[in-house]
Amino acid sequence: MFLLISAATAATVLPIVFVVGYIAWLGLPAISVEFLTALPREGMRAGGILPAIVGTVYLTLGTGLIAVPLGVAAGIYLAEYAKDNQFTRAIRIAIINLAGIPSVVYGLFGLGLFVLFLHFGTSIIAGCLTLSIMTLPVIISTAEEALRAVPQSFRVVSISLGGTKWQTIWRIVLPQALPGILTGIILGLERAAGETAPILFTVAAFFLPRLPHSIFDATMALPYHLFVISTQVPGMPIRIQYGTALVLLVFVLSMNIIATLIRSRARARRQW
Amino acid sequence: MNNTRAKIVVDHLSVQYDDGTESLRDISLEILANQITVLFGPAGGGKSTLLRALNRLNDLVDGVRLIGKIYLDGEDITGSRVDVTALRRRVGMVFAQAVPLPMSIRQNLTYGLELAGVRQAGKLDFAVEKSLRASALWDEVKDRLNDPAIALSGGQQQRLCLARVLALEPEVVLLDEPTSGLDPISTAKVEASLQEIKRDYTVVIVPHSVQQAARISDQAAFFLQGELIEYGAGKNLFVAPQNKRTEDYVTGRFG
Repeated sequence: MFLLISAATAATVLPIVFVVGYIAWLGLPAISVEFLTALPREGMRAGGILPAIVGTVYLTLGTGLIAVPLGVAAGIYLAEYAKDNQFTRAIRIAIINLAGIPSVVYGLFGLGLFVLFLHFGTSIIAGCLTLSIMTLPVIISTAEEALRAVPQSFRVVSISLGGTKWQTIWRIVLPQALPGILTGIILGLERAAGETAPILFTVAAFFLPRLPHSIFDATMALPYHLFVISTQVPGMPIRIQYGTALVLLVFVLSMNIIATLIRSRARARRQW
Repeated sequence: MNNTRAKIVVDHLSVQYDDGTESLRDISLEILANQITVLFGPAGGGKSTLLRALNRLNDLVDGVRLIGKIYLDGEDITGSRVDVTALRRRVGMVFAQAVPLPMSIRQNLTYGLELAGVRQAGKLDFAVEKSLRASALWDEVKDRLNDPAIALSGGQQQRLCLARVLALEPEVVLLDEPTSGLDPISTAKVEASLQEIKRDYTVVIVPHSVQQAARISDQAAFFLQGELIEYGAGKNLFVAPQNKRTEDYVTGRFG
């Protein structure tokens, strides 16, 4: 039995090691200062991927600016204020279903609402809004969970000392839940950074060798760029494909590591 | 003692729940200023419910209905327009389980004052020292006020909770079985503090045993299944109870 369980564990860990190792092996030769800081040349077959890197950073930050305040506020509402009734049950079901929608559907929805109906065009703002809707369920449910994990007795004590409900949330509950909330935020944004389908119709440019000037500009982005150079461009050097994949992987994995660090640090310092 | 002014008047108070159960039935009593009033009796008698009604902590529970009136210094505190946060500063509460807030010892003590808008460092320092002295904790923690409160021992934590309430300079201190989790030495320290603080405050306590009730009470109220069976000076009630049920309980015939 022990052997079986060990084997199962190895079976889940090995592919990760293999994938990361394989991509690093083939991608590392492509990594250079020029690759990270230059514009693409010769039909993307040479030069760098700076526009795609910048585009993904903008999209991730922009998504954070929209989704974090909304998601955390909704989490606070659900954990601290919402009564258990039909209305809040409907909200919870909606959030669960939102989390289950395939990402390409978000992309089509973003195309219809933001790009066409609201006339944002293919733009960073349309992409961020689309990615925000996709990210919200993760942020809301982890925020709610983190808030609920704070012991009820803290709330009662704070209120018995003359605290209002909001003072109690702001000064006691939220700081205690913050590490959990941050973890959810980072994991949500990490998914936003890596998704291709939602940005496909809303923001991503096939080939746009300059940096975006405003939020109404289209931009290149790493996941879509990777798709393009892997399938749409003949004669593409393989090391550029894997180099791009490696950059995206490092970007996403480092967010993951930050989330893990926040969580373990908070657990060590927790006073309950 | 000459001072027998009523600090709190409970007037025909009943507390009911949505599911039809009742935890207090038509209670009337006067709680005297600067005395220790103990509310005692078997579990489920309504003592804690009464305590929580006195600073409106029952508000936090859904489906509680209160009938009757409670007056603090002649002022009704049961209405919906009462400023409950101001009330809770006047009527503080110490719970059965010591719950230090997840911050330093000092911050635990200044928390309530800061919520009330007190910012001056001098005032806060003064309140910290005064309240720690009143709860007999000053000498033990004065050199480590910035340590996390959770690092204190159980008995120290409970005295910190008492000090935290005293820092607000309330008028009434409610204690719900404050020594139930403590060893005899810590218990004795808490009880000694109560005897000290009653000069400045009105104390209402649910004790964790009849022995403790008898030891510390000036006034004693015996509760049984939501009813007030007997109420009077502790020195009479524990020696010569008027009611048969009180006598049975006090002498240990049921419990």
